[in-house]
Amino acid sequence: MTVPGTLLPPRGRWRRRPRVPGPSWRVKLRRDRSLLLMTVPALALVVAFNYLPMFGTVTAFQYYDYITGFLASPWAGLDNFSTLFADPTFWRAFENTLVLSLVQLVLYFPVPIALALLLNSVLSTKVRATIQAITYLPHFFGWVVVVTLFQEMLGGAGVLNHTLRQQGLSPWNIMANPDTFKYLVTAQAVWKEAGWGIIVFLAAIAAIDPSLYESAAVDGASRWGRMWHITLPGMRGVIVLLLVLRLGNALSIGFEQFLIQRYAVGSSSAEVLDTYAYYYGVVGNNYGLGAAAGLFKGVVSLVLILGANKLAHLFGEDGLYRSER
Amino acid sequence: MTADVRAAGAPAPARPDPARGTRRSRRREQRPAWEEPPTVVGETAKGISLTVVVLLVLFPLYTVLVTSLSTQGAVNRAGGLVVVPDGLTLQAYRYMFSGGTVTRSIVVGLGVTLVGTVISLAVSVLCAYGLSRKGSFGHRTLLLTLLVTMFFNGGIIPTFVVVASLFHGYGQYWALILPSAVSVFNILIMRAFYLGTAADLIDAARLDGAGDWRILWSVVLPTSRAVTAVMGLFYGVGYWNNWFNVLLFMPADNEKWPVQYVLYQYVSQGASIPGVGTNMTGAAVAATQVSKLSLQMAMLVVTLIPVLVVYPFVQRHFVKGMLTGAIKG
Repeated sequence: MTVPGTLLPPRGRWRRRPRVPGPSWRVKLRRDRSLLLMTVPALALVVAFNYLPMFGTVTAFQYYDYITGFLASPWAGLDNFSTLFADPTFWRAFENTLVLSLVQLVLYFPVPIALALLLNSVLSTKVRATIQAITYLPHFFGWVVVVTLFQEMLGGAGVLNHTLRQQGLSPWNIMANPDTFKYLVTAQAVWKEAGWGIIVFLAAIAAIDPSLYESAAVDGASRWGRMWHITLPGMRGVIVLLLVLRLGNALSIGFEQFLIQRYAVGSSSAEVLDTYAYYYGVVGNNYGLGAAAGLFKGVVSLVLILGANKLAHLFGEDGLYRSER
Repeated sequence: MTADVRAAGAPAPARPDPARGTRRSRRREQRPAWEEPPTVVGETAKGISLTVVVLLVLFPLYTVLVTSLSTQGAVNRAGGLVVVPDGLTLQAYRYMFSGGTVTRSIVVGLGVTLVGTVISLAVSVLCAYGLSRKGSFGHRTLLLTLLVTMFFNGGIIPTFVVVASLFHGYGQYWALILPSAVSVFNILIMRAFYLGTAADLIDAARLDGAGDWRILWSVVLPTSRAVTAVMGLFYGVGYWNNWFNVLLFMPADNEKWPVQYVLYQYVSQGASIPGVGTNMTGAAVAATQVSKLSLQMAMLVVTLIPVLVVYPFVQRHFVKGMLTGAIKG
């Protein structure tokens, strides 16, 4: 059903070959035993820390007690969910999550594409490589560092407000303003990740056949015309793929980023589903409720990613996966 | 990668490798004859926007570095971060390392990062190679098992419950490493790289009688240094920057905190560093001529140093390591 290992799927060129009877499974098992042995450590870790927690989701249906563990905790049925859905804080967190990821989608997503187009127009490979090396760098900084840097630049005692005060203007403390928080976190995401994001788009541009540009230019297409009719269509597959991935992850936006800034702007605008689960679950010792919030998020994410993928198919792109024809 | 080894229904052969186009990129240095000559306005706009982009990244780092090296007088005169150097000193760094807490947290951070990276790389290399031989027993099922975890996960609470309560990982160093030791995404990239790079070399080695362990060690690893380096950086940076696992699994145990968490506590949350904390306020700080801001910025610089030291060596492999993997699939 899915295409294993394919992140950028081949476009509609599936070939079915007549199946040649290979060696029997016993022979293959014996032949490949060392290959299988190699996968054991990774699989063990994935089972322990990815699959077990999936089953651990049963805590969403329990009055979970830290001491007795989830094998012995009493069952709660759907109690956690009715508590959850009756909690206005939860809906607030859900709304914040949706709004924040929508703002990020609109304001963040085009930036790496624009940067890639801009960089691609630089002829000197040396200049290009240097700029790329610099713009990739923030991707490797942790959120603590990024938020601190923003605090020192834009915060109440930061460089920006110091300059404003020196000029006799009124200070503008964006770091502690709940109303503009969504733009602030988007700016942080752009600063940290946009440079890194161009790497995929540059590759897509590099894969475009250069003779297309030449023929278009001979036919009288201008610089912008070539960008619009050749470069952008050439990037379309990658753009759609990343959009699908982004939509699927719409509910998992920058958890650490919000946790760090939750105190500064207040929980009413910085609470997202993940921080809600953390505060009510781990901090508030209400594990069942936190797990219920997590499960809710997982289900909505699944619907989102399936829907986005369907949408990609409607646009004639492969999207994330495609059923085998 | 010949047609007959490929399993039926496998993706069609990859498009030409974009990262390998050295001939093309050399040609790109010159403007092709058919392209219209650059306009002054266009080139200026391009130059300005690229300069702005570069400055947006570098300026904050520059001021942080200068502030961490500034004397208290300079910080006071600037009223915040120092932009123009005005009296430089290493006092903040000397003072920061005097307390012991920061030094220990750096050692802990480096230790977790080193051990974690070695474990992650070993596990991922083995798994990626084990799944990279076409038509091997069960590789599709195993791949699917891994892929599922990219889109489904238990969420924070069940993960916490499993690690802390089922495996008794609360307050243990391994809880900072093992739960995030495997990145399926990284394994897929490595696997894609192994699929393409050394197919004929591997066939030749197999004809010479080499087993899979031998092939991995003497053929695959030496020919895929680029992807190993990039993945090592990804894993290493992941461990070094991770403070959330600390918040989950050992928030109470300040003896065990790695440096990112100390940074989070001291700089982000404004708490004082235990150990240094007693000297950190008021008169003692004034006596040593170190401003609190310089100290915080010195702390920040220290957390950036390992990344900045490794980065230049690995950075040139990014395109090769990342893109061949992602595009080839």
